[in-house]
Amino acid sequence: MPEKLLCASSDLSDTTVKICEVDGVEIGIIRHNGDVVAYKNVCPHQGGPVCEGLRMPRVCVEFDDQQRALQQNFDESEMHFVCPWHGWEFKMETGEAVGDPKIRLKRYKVTERDGEVYVEI
Amino acid sequence: MSLTGNTMNFSTDNDPAIKEFNTTKLLKNARKQAEDRNYKDFFICDVDSHHYETEALPEILQYMDDPVMRHLGLSAGNVGRAGLIPQAIGSQDMAGRVTRYAGRNKEVVPEKPHRDITLTRRWMDAMGVDMACLFPTPMLLLATHPQVEVEVAMARAYNRWLCERILEEDKRIVSMVYLPMNEPHEAEKMIDEFAEKKGVVGFLSTGYLKRPVHDSVNMRIYAKLEEHGMPLGFHAAYHWADTSLAQLNKFISVHALGFSFCNIIHMTNWVLNGMPERFPKLNTMWIESGLAWVPFLMQRLDNEYMMRTSDAPLLKKKPSDYMREMFYSSQPIELVDNKEALEVTFKMMNAESQLLYSSDYPHWDMDLPSTIHDIPFLDETAKRNILGGNAQKLFNLDPVMSEWKLEARKQG
Ligand code: FES
Repeated sequence: MPEKLLCASSDLSDTTVKICEVDGVEIGIIRHNGDVVAYKNVCPHQGGPVCEGLRMPRVCVEFDDQQRALQQNFDESEMHFVCPWHGWEFKMETGEAVGDPKIRLKRYKVTERDGEVYVEI
Repeated sequence: MSLTGNTMNFSTDNDPAIKEFNTTKLLKNARKQAEDRNYKDFFICDVDSHHYETEALPEILQYMDDPVMRHLGLSAGNVGRAGLIPQAIGSQDMAGRVTRYAGRNKEVVPEKPHRDITLTRRWMDAMGVDMACLFPTPMLLLATHPQVEVEVAMARAYNRWLCERILEEDKRIVSMVYLPMNEPHEAEKMIDEFAEKKGVVGFLSTGYLKRPVHDSVNMRIYAKLEEHGMPLGFHAAYHWADTSLAQLNKFISVHALGFSFCNIIHMTNWVLNGMPERFPKLNTMWIESGLAWVPFLMQRLDNEYMMRTSDAPLLKKKPSDYMREMFYSSQPIELVDNKEALEVTFKMMNAESQLLYSSDYPHWDMDLPSTIHDIPFLDETAKRNILGGNAQKLFNLDPVMSEWKLEARKQG
């Protein structure tokens, strides 16, 4: 698959998604857990700009030893892209939809070389 | 006592998704869909969309007759609506996840036309919608206000403001205006005052009412609507205080059930009390309950009706036969792993002639026209009817195409 230059390594951060356009396709790219992840900026639901919303941790529920709910909490070890159109959430690490792992964001392979980031498209 | 600082703020106003908010940008992928799918060749009418009327409350209150009530509204400040419009408990924006809620009031618009016209046109143009039927948002719960005189005064002021400031100014925006069903004689006056106004295509009953829809005091309302040839819409709403929903502990639960339940109650009363027989020329549209409730209710009512025809003596055919003659807005169309059920639903409700596309934009569960356009079992005619043709007939519309489509057509 041909490699295309996406952006400079210094453009990437782990707090803000960078949106780049390659051959008419928008790609959202961000540093995450020491890796660089890149996904097509189109939501599998109705096509929203999924990489341009908030990033939120998974919400979990804590129980006591009798399965009584104590409180909810955020689990920051699992961060999600939240699509801004309707709130579908996708695991940043894999692109899987939280509600149904069969549904995924389209992921691109990226490599960092000599201060530049390349994408296979 | 020491409090832990709240470090977990995942949706601050500084997030770029909110800070630089612009409807056209948010919906750029919708515009691409509109171009890719050639919507320039489709007339698309959205029969259920919204604005946030409380943002224009000081303007609306200028149209209110009662000076004491007007003062009450203004005294609460520009955004204050306490006392006039009931406030709902709930999290439509999912704690900021649906960014247009937090971003909306930061959106920059030109001084003219009216802000609500600019914002409405922006999403319409992005989605490829040519005409939109615009409804209020917080006022959907106005019928639950304990003071019926407040409901009437707010409704009249809002309708006047809407007609003069919005509908007069933009021929692509129409509305079914608010009908205060809890005060029938005022509702009748409202029909006389607004039926002939530009852009008024019907009247709207909202959410939870104090009396059932078949109550005798309502009959003159329906007769008057029939006389004017105006359809009546039933716009669903959820109401957490409703005792049948009170055990639900989550917004998702009360929203998922409440929005269908509300119209299930009205529809059951409407059909079993023979309203379609009493007012055969009155068209009704059932708004924002999704579609799955329709086959559910048809089956439940038909099954019991055949055993208990004596309970519903006004009916000359099965409940489902009446329901099939009514109109339904499409959103929120259930689309997750349900292709077969959806096809059956479309058949059961005669969707080709009875279903009307709606977005519900800007609310969190909005639907794009592609939710209809991309349904694999619909043929071209059905798509055209649902996306615009059925609305054109029901509302007797003179279709107005959006400028960008006309321009795109010229370019071939
Ligand atoms: S388009 Fe992404 S959540 Fe709907």
